[in-house]
Order: sequence, then structure tokens, then C-alpha cells
Amino acid sequence: MPDRSPRVPVHVDPRGPRFAAVLTTLVLVLALATGSGVLLAAQAVVFALGAVLGLRRSPYGWLYRRLVRPRLGPPRELEDERPPRFAQGVGLAFAVLGAAGYLSGAGWLGVAATAAAVAAAFLNAAFGYCLGCEAYLLAVRGRARLGQG
Amino acid sequence: MIDPTGLVVAAAVLAAATLFGLVRARRDGRLRDGGRGRGALRFSSGELGADLGERATLVQFSTALCATCPGTRRLLAGVAAATPGVRHVEIDAEARLDLVRRAEVMRTPTVLVLDPAGRVVRRASGPPSRADVMAAVELATAG
Repeated sequence: MPDRSPRVPVHVDPRGPRFAAVLTTLVLVLALATGSGVLLAAQAVVFALGAVLGLRRSPYGWLYRRLVRPRLGPPRELEDERPPRFAQGVGLAFAVLGAAGYLSGAGWLGVAATAAAVAAAFLNAAFGYCLGCEAYLLAVRGRARLGQG
Repeated sequence: MIDPTGLVVAAAVLAAATLFGLVRARRDGRLRDGGRGRGALRFSSGELGADLGERATLVQFSTALCATCPGTRRLLAGVAAATPGVRHVEIDAEARLDLVRRAEVMRTPTVLVLDPAGRVVRRASGPPSRADVMAAVELATAG
């Protein structure tokens, strides 16, 4: 029986989310260059699967385990799944916004939201820098401030 | 079906992100002077909820959703274990927003190196290197 307790965080091979970020960057750049709302919506589904079901259930995670991981050695360390999973949720928000923009004819919204998502995915892929995770503390601070006001 | 605007934006975003990433990688985790004038910021053991180290205290602000915090925790705990008089205190940023505001913590991990009196002598945003931490400990001890 899978352990669903939030007290016991799932740990994943950190190279998995990095590989997923590379694929995500390629898909998002393609969506931006072609202005394709459909492609962006497909990426939104991938984000949603990763954020809701966990990184292992995301299609990119599956590809990593099937195609990439067998060619690599075992990971030196595992990482907590929560930060990259949170980042998938942030990516989902931008992808949904962008897809809604493209598909409703508000092309500027599609371009702007997809550009933001490309920046975050690329920073993760190229530098291992998790923009969504960085935003988390700022979000907590902002929420606390609103609560006080 | 190429969208010229999207293509230009994509190229611009990738270039800007590359620049940002390179600058960030260079600055990340660098231990800088304590902030607004040396010794301006000070924490007591009561505020931190832990005793101060006799030589130095390594205060680490973390959140659960911070990918690099566990690595920094291992590094600082290792330094504290290997150096007498040095303590490592990890603060849950979400639970202690009062300290987060006072120390002007914008991201995690943020590391403050305190001298024996609790004054901030060095701070880093992002994961610091072992050599930098050791140098800051020496500085804190020298007072």
C-alpha cells in the first residue's frame, strides 16, 4: 500500500527532474516559436500529472526511468520530491494561462505566460536553479503580510 | 507555422535567462558582510530557540520546498560537528516569519554567521561553500 502520509516525503533521483526540465524547455520553446496553444495545453497536462500524482507518474519521469536511468549509474543522493513537485504546480499555472491566451485569441497572453515558463524551465535545465521553489518563501511572506493587514 | 514574435521572444528569454543564470551561479552562496553595518543585526539565544555557539553560530533559514537546503544542512552540521564551539541552528522560515523579516531573508537557504554575542558578521543567500563557511567562522571568533 502506498504511503500517502505527508510526514514521510518521497525522495527521487535528482537527475529525473533535471531531465524533465530539459524536455519541458524544448516543448515550451517549440510552443512559443509556433504559437501553438494545443502544444502548450499538452505540456499543461504533463505539469498537472507531475504536480498532482507525483514526479514518478509524470510522462517525463516515466521516460527518464525507461530510457535514461538504465544508462546511468545509481544516483549519489536522493532529493526530496516536494520542491520540484511544487515547481510543477507553478509551471501548470503559467501553461494554463498561456494556453487559454493562445486558444482564446489573446496571443499576447500566450506569448507572455509561455515566455515566463520557458525562463523557469531553462534555468532549471541549464543551471539546476528552481525558480518556483525560490518564489515559495516570497509567497509565504506575502500571504502573512496580507493576513496581518 | 512559425510565429515570428514568439520566435524572437523565445530567443530573448533564453539569452536573458542564460545571463541571469551565469551571474547567479557566480554570486550564489557567497558570504558577504553582515548587512547594514557590521553588528547592526543581533540575535539572542531566546529568539533562535537554541544556545549560541561559544565561537560562532551558523543560522540556516530553510523551508520544506527548498531544493538546496538539505545539502547546506549537511555542510553546516558537518562544520559544527568538526569545530568545537560552533553550533548549527536551522530555522523553519515559514514558522518564524518574525526572524525572516528582521534578517530580511528573501530566499532559502539563507545562512547567517553569528559571533559569540549573536551579532551577524557574515551572510549568504544560496548554498555557501565549505571554505567560505570556515573563513566566516574564523572571522566570527576573532570578533
